[in-house]
Amino acid sequence: MSVHDLEKHFQDTIDAEIKIEPLDWMPDAYRKTNIRQISQHAHSEIVGMLPEGNWISRAPSLKRKAILLAKVQDEAGHGLYLYSACETLGTSREETINDLHSGRAKYSSIFNYPTLTWADIGTVGWLVDGAAIMNQVMLTRTSYGPYARAMVRICKEESFHQRQGFESLLVLSKGSEAQRTMCQDAINRWWWPALMMFGPRDSESTNSDQSMKWKIKRKTNDELRQQFVDMCVEQVKLLGMTLPDPNLKWNEETKHYDFGEIDWNEFWQVVKGNGPCNLERLQARKKAWEEGAWVREAAAAHAAKKQKRADANAA
Amino acid sequence: MKSYIRRFFYGDIPGQETGGAPAPQGPKNDWPLWEVFIRSKQGLDHKHVGSLHATDAQMAIENARDVYTRRQEGVSIWVVKSQDIHASRPEESGELYDPAADKIYRHPTFYDLPDEINHM
Amino acid sequence: MKATLDYILHLADNALILGQRNAEWCGHGPVLEQDIAISNISLDLIGQARSFYQYAAELKGNGTTEDDLAYLRDERQFRNILLVEQPKGDWAFTTLRQFLFSSYQQLLFQKLTTHDDERLAAISEKTLKEVNYHVRWSSEWVIRLGDGTEESRSRILSALASIWTYTGEMFMPESFETASGIVVTDLETAWKEKIKTSFAEANIDAPENTFMRSGGKKGIHSEHLGFILAEMQYLQRSYPGCEW
Repeated sequence: MSVHDLEKHFQDTIDAEIKIEPLDWMPDAYRKTNIRQISQHAHSEIVGMLPEGNWISRAPSLKRKAILLAKVQDEAGHGLYLYSACETLGTSREETINDLHSGRAKYSSIFNYPTLTWADIGTVGWLVDGAAIMNQVMLTRTSYGPYARAMVRICKEESFHQRQGFESLLVLSKGSEAQRTMCQDAINRWWWPALMMFGPRDSESTNSDQSMKWKIKRKTNDELRQQFVDMCVEQVKLLGMTLPDPNLKWNEETKHYDFGEIDWNEFWQVVKGNGPCNLERLQARKKAWEEGAWVREAAAAHAAKKQKRADANAA
Repeated sequence: MKSYIRRFFYGDIPGQETGGAPAPQGPKNDWPLWEVFIRSKQGLDHKHVGSLHATDAQMAIENARDVYTRRQEGVSIWVVKSQDIHASRPEESGELYDPAADKIYRHPTFYDLPDEINHM
Repeated sequence: MKATLDYILHLADNALILGQRNAEWCGHGPVLEQDIAISNISLDLIGQARSFYQYAAELKGNGTTEDDLAYLRDERQFRNILLVEQPKGDWAFTTLRQFLFSSYQQLLFQKLTTHDDERLAAISEKTLKEVNYHVRWSSEWVIRLGDGTEESRSRILSALASIWTYTGEMFMPESFETASGIVVTDLETAWKEKIKTSFAEANIDAPENTFMRSGGKKGIHSEHLGFILAEMQYLQRSYPGCEW
């Protein structure tokens, strides 16, 4: 078959809603796009452990401490599932991680914002995990099989994350004056960054068209963002709190909520590395990786010695 | 000139015949990759759930326990080194699987029997 | 014979403080799989602490809760041993401490499963399964690091040299133990035997004639505990009487 035929067969497979599996022929660009997207997603899970992990030692009750630790540990698991999916495309985990550390690979900008109070933890669960879930539910139907399967597993676990976040805000919203203030403040700080998580407007997104055609992505950035806004407007009422956008209002014509303009300058600044915590996050990841090097080497060396001894005994 | 040799993490298939770009050839210090299979309860088959890195089989089982059974998903774990899995090739699917398509007489629904005979 | 409140608190404090220490690894582990493993152990320990605090809260009565006991007691009231409050150190220190402590817990909980205090026996039985896994996981790491590379070997040896002085306290009887019918001195020989097997595989020797530090059981701690509590308790202290 010529490359042209292969490409046609490939697109026909996708159009027929049949998944692409690791050994199937795929266009270079499809492989690259998937590697880029899956690894970005994996990095986001791993870097995302940091802002929330900061609060494990300070969680205000034993129950909250256990929940938060289990949650952050889940993120590690999600990162692992995704690195595994990425490995089926032929890049090793080490290579993928090196790309993160060298700055070549990106992760979700949201994790470059600081978690300043306890209410941030609930808010991250509600808004950040909530926004992530919209994307992730869509991705359970993505065209690359291993990615889709990883997302199914992740989505099952992720709904616990969003629920625990909202529930923890619910407790704050029924608490003391100080707790309610803390809660509103956290929502105010996280609302706009959460909206930015869906990425640039469709008109400015460079990767969208091809990704839609290949069914890597199945909804556009703007569609998902709108869905998220509509959902949060209802949920925030249950908290008795408000969203920090004076332009939020129901549009009878579109049957959606209109909302104000995102500060795209801030968005691009954070993407470029000028967010409040870009440096700290990357440094923390590099430090863990570098300080773990001797541990990884030692374990490998021990396994090799053990194997050698077993072989010698067998001989 | 591109060299079409890829590292495969499942199986031992030569690179020339399956498509796509050569995998980037970076340093390779990762612990070996293992495929994990879990029996979710007694009476069911082990099912592939994903992969992970470990230095040996014992560590792979323990890592699988921590990574893939945090929510009581399993009662038994198998691990296999990914490089030890041999896979059929997608291009062979025509000769391997299509010949079964016209043997409809292998399926019970092929046979019309009188209604009086239940459960056969 | 029923266990005393102080004894239950001692068991709870040990588990909580080590759980808190191990949780510092979450997001910072040497490899993803082991990041998850150490977090699991930390979760088990926090779970143990909760079971013991809940029991202690019932013994105390007057509407006391598990969180009152964990968050509203001061340094001098904590009854954990010095071993568990030491900083997490490197991976060698963390896994070695886990091994030494879990091996002790294993022997202790084996005994406690037949204690007259049924509640204590029940918690110990549940906990023992977790502890058995902790012993397995941590002993494998001690062996790996002892046998692995020159660097890992020198790190496990230096961890051993600095940690050993805190191991004696586990076997120094305190009044709340005696009053609860627990003879910790009985555990020492079995513990030494137990760790010797793994140490032999790791090709390391337990130090001898080391001065043994103590005080934790009496509430005389190292300076580290104050910082752990300051961080852990700050929200409960800053906003008294709130639900979280």
